[in-house]
Formats: sequence, structure tokens, C-alpha cells
Amino acid sequence: MDVSTALSALAPRLSPGATTTIGARRLSGGASQETWAFDLDDGTPLILRRRPPGGSMSAAALPLSTEAALLAAVSPQGAPVPEVVHVCEPADGLGEAYVMRRLAGETLGKRIVRDEAFAGVRPGLARRCGQVLAAIHATPLDGLPPLETSDAASELARYEAVYRQSGAKRPVFEAAFRWLAGRAPPLERPVLVHGDFRNGNLMISPEAGLIGVLDWELAHLGDPAEDLGWICVNSWRFGQWRKPVGGFGDYQDLLDGHAAAGGAPMSLDRLLFWQALGSLKWGVMCLMMYASFASGADRSIERAMIGRRASETEIDLVLLMERSA
Amino acid sequence: MITHPTAAELAEALDAVEAGPEATLAGDARAAFIARVADNARATLEREAALGPSAEAAAVTRLSALLGLEGDFKTLNAELCARLGDGRLAPLDPVVLAHLRACVIDQIAIDQPGYSGLAALEAAR
Repeated sequence: MDVSTALSALAPRLSPGATTTIGARRLSGGASQETWAFDLDDGTPLILRRRPPGGSMSAAALPLSTEAALLAAVSPQGAPVPEVVHVCEPADGLGEAYVMRRLAGETLGKRIVRDEAFAGVRPGLARRCGQVLAAIHATPLDGLPPLETSDAASELARYEAVYRQSGAKRPVFEAAFRWLAGRAPPLERPVLVHGDFRNGNLMISPEAGLIGVLDWELAHLGDPAEDLGWICVNSWRFGQWRKPVGGFGDYQDLLDGHAAAGGAPMSLDRLLFWQALGSLKWGVMCLMMYASFASGADRSIERAMIGRRASETEIDLVLLMERSA
Repeated sequence: MITHPTAAELAEALDAVEAGPEATLAGDARAAFIARVADNARATLEREAALGPSAEAAAVTRLSALLGLEGDFKTLNAELCARLGDGRLAPLDPVVLAHLRACVIDQIAIDQPGYSGLAALEAAR
């Protein structure tokens, strides 16, 4: 059964007034998950997230049922997320999958930081991100599906092991690992961390601003500063490097929004630690993706070229180390 | 200087694109994406051919002074990594940072000359 047929059979259970689906189309997807957009014949706009048949699960990614459970858990906290409509069962013929409401907005970071359409919402966006993160971090941990816990030291150790295994000799990464290991903050109280909260995974409406936090597959328990630091990594400022928060806002607005919504007090230093660790992690990931080219696992040119993006994280790390010196 | 990927590997991946079926599927979104990546790869190789040798020579001069050793780039760079890794050199040592700054500026000029981090670093002078 193909995806479109399976979704049509499911339609009456997705909305009482629906009999079939219209226009199912695949939006994106890699080896580990696919995203499909479709509409019901009663006009309801929906999204299907599914693991493709035989699709490998990347080591870090959560089961989709866990992702759906997290959306349901953070929504009552006031975090804007798409509403989960249905978690698929084997009889649905869609494999591991769930269906959620489709939000109308923009996720392309480049447009969000530049387009005139978003000029009205950009000034308030960093503060709003801080508020939303405080809401996510306040989610009660009782009743959440099983999640890994990580802290600064364990994340550093994990990525250093990957870097060592690659055999690369990159002195900026060597320096950054030692610099960060010497100041890794202890994890005081683990909270629910989104894990990939950045411009690109945020649904932004030109009128209403941040209306959806997407892509929960890297969620885990950890330090709330991890999420605040990650959205400040220069790789997702889309050229707007003077606006550290996602290319649209300032550190203080993010921290103020976080505090105003009840977030635990957080220093800019702690945020900057996680921002630097974020650049380092992304740099190591670029090397890992290149490694799949070098090993022959994926000889595509984009796999080769992504290795050359490691140097963008190196230039960002040198700046952060200079500021810290 | 950079070996992830080497210029030879990039050239090989480019040859595969030019010989492969994807190059002929004009209009297809995937083909358009691959064509863009291939253009970037060609430009990177050109920049590396033009800028790589002098960047590497400058790095060798800096490394010799920093480490008190003679040698080729690969040897000296590995020695710097070893000394940073075991703590004989501190990551925030001004001499180390000056070398790293010069390296990343030269490397970004080859890999991603439009990357905004370059402007940010130069503004912090």
C-alpha cells in the first residue's frame, strides 16, 4: 500500500467530516525519516512523519512515538507545537509514523532573517524564543517517555571520541576541546531539552511570530542552557552575524524572555559555553559526514563538500576563544 | 592544507558527477542541487590551487617559530595537535591563538569565502 492510499483509508479517523485525502506529497526526508504534507477533503491541513520502510534509525534519533508524546507533553506548558492527531498503528499500513496538524508559516532561516514580510516580528522573536524555551524546560519529567540524559562533560567526551576516531588533525578542534573541558558546567537539575532548537526548525508566521517548534528527534534530558546556546551558533544566523540569536535577536532578549517566563537564572557565560560546544559539535558532524564519503559508504559530492564546512565552525570557535582569553 | 576532503578527493567526486547520469537530468530538483554543489566544488578547487600553497608556506613558518621545530606542514600541524591535546600548549595561549586565527582566515578564503564568521572575526581585531 502506498502512502497516499494508506492516508486515504485513515482519513475518517483523522477528522469526523473527512472521507479521503488530497494531494499527499513528500516534503523532505533522509534515510531515517520522511515528512509528507496532505489535506483531508474537509479542508484539514495535515503532516505525516514516518520512518521509511527499512529506514535506518540514526543513533541519536528518537522513535516517532516518543516524538509525538513529547509534542503532547509540551503543549500544555504553553510551548507552540503542532497538535498530534494520530499515532499510527501497524494496521494503518504506514509503519512507524504519526500525523499532526500542518501549520502555515515559514521555516527557511534565510527568509526569516531577511525578508521584509518578517520585519515586524523579528524584533520580538528572541525574547519569545526565551519564553518558549522556559516553557519547554518546565515540562514535568514524570510521565515522559524514556529519554537519555547528557551534560556538558558527556557531550564533550562523546564528540571528542568521534573526532579522535576520525583521525583528523585540526588544531582548532584540539584547542576547543581542551578549552571547553576546562570549564564544562555541572548539570544541576536535568530538564527536557529540545536538542535542535535553532532557526530552521522554528515555524515563523509573518503576523504571529513563533507558532511552532519542530523536529523533536534530538530531545533529551540535560542543561537548559544547551538550547539557548544552540540557537546562537553562527552557522544558523544566515549571514546576520551581528544578531546572535538565530540571526534575528540579541543575547539579552533571549535571556530576559527565558527569565520572565520562569526559567532558571542563566548567565551569558553559560550560554556562550554551550554556543561554543554547539559550533564544535557541528564541526565534528561535518567531519563525520565527510567520513562517509572517505570510507566509500556515500561517494556523493555533497558528502565530500560538507567536510569543507568544518572550517566555518573553526572560524567561529577562534572568535569565541579570543573573546574568552 | 585541509584534508577533509583533499583536493584530489574533491576532483574525483567532480569527475563522477560529470560522468554520471545526474549531470544530464536538467530540470530535476536533485540534478539542480548536485549541479550547484559541483559548481561550488570547482570554485573551491580553483581557490585552493591559487591560495593553498602560500597559505601552507605561511603556516609552516608560523608553526616552526611556535614549536621550535623544522618540518613539513603535516608533521608540524600534528605536533601542534599533540601539544594542545596533552596540555603542553594552552588553548588560549596568545601565540597559539594568533596562529589559529591566521589559519582559519586562510582556510575560510578557500572553503567558504562568503561565510559571515570571517567578517565577525575581522571586526573583533
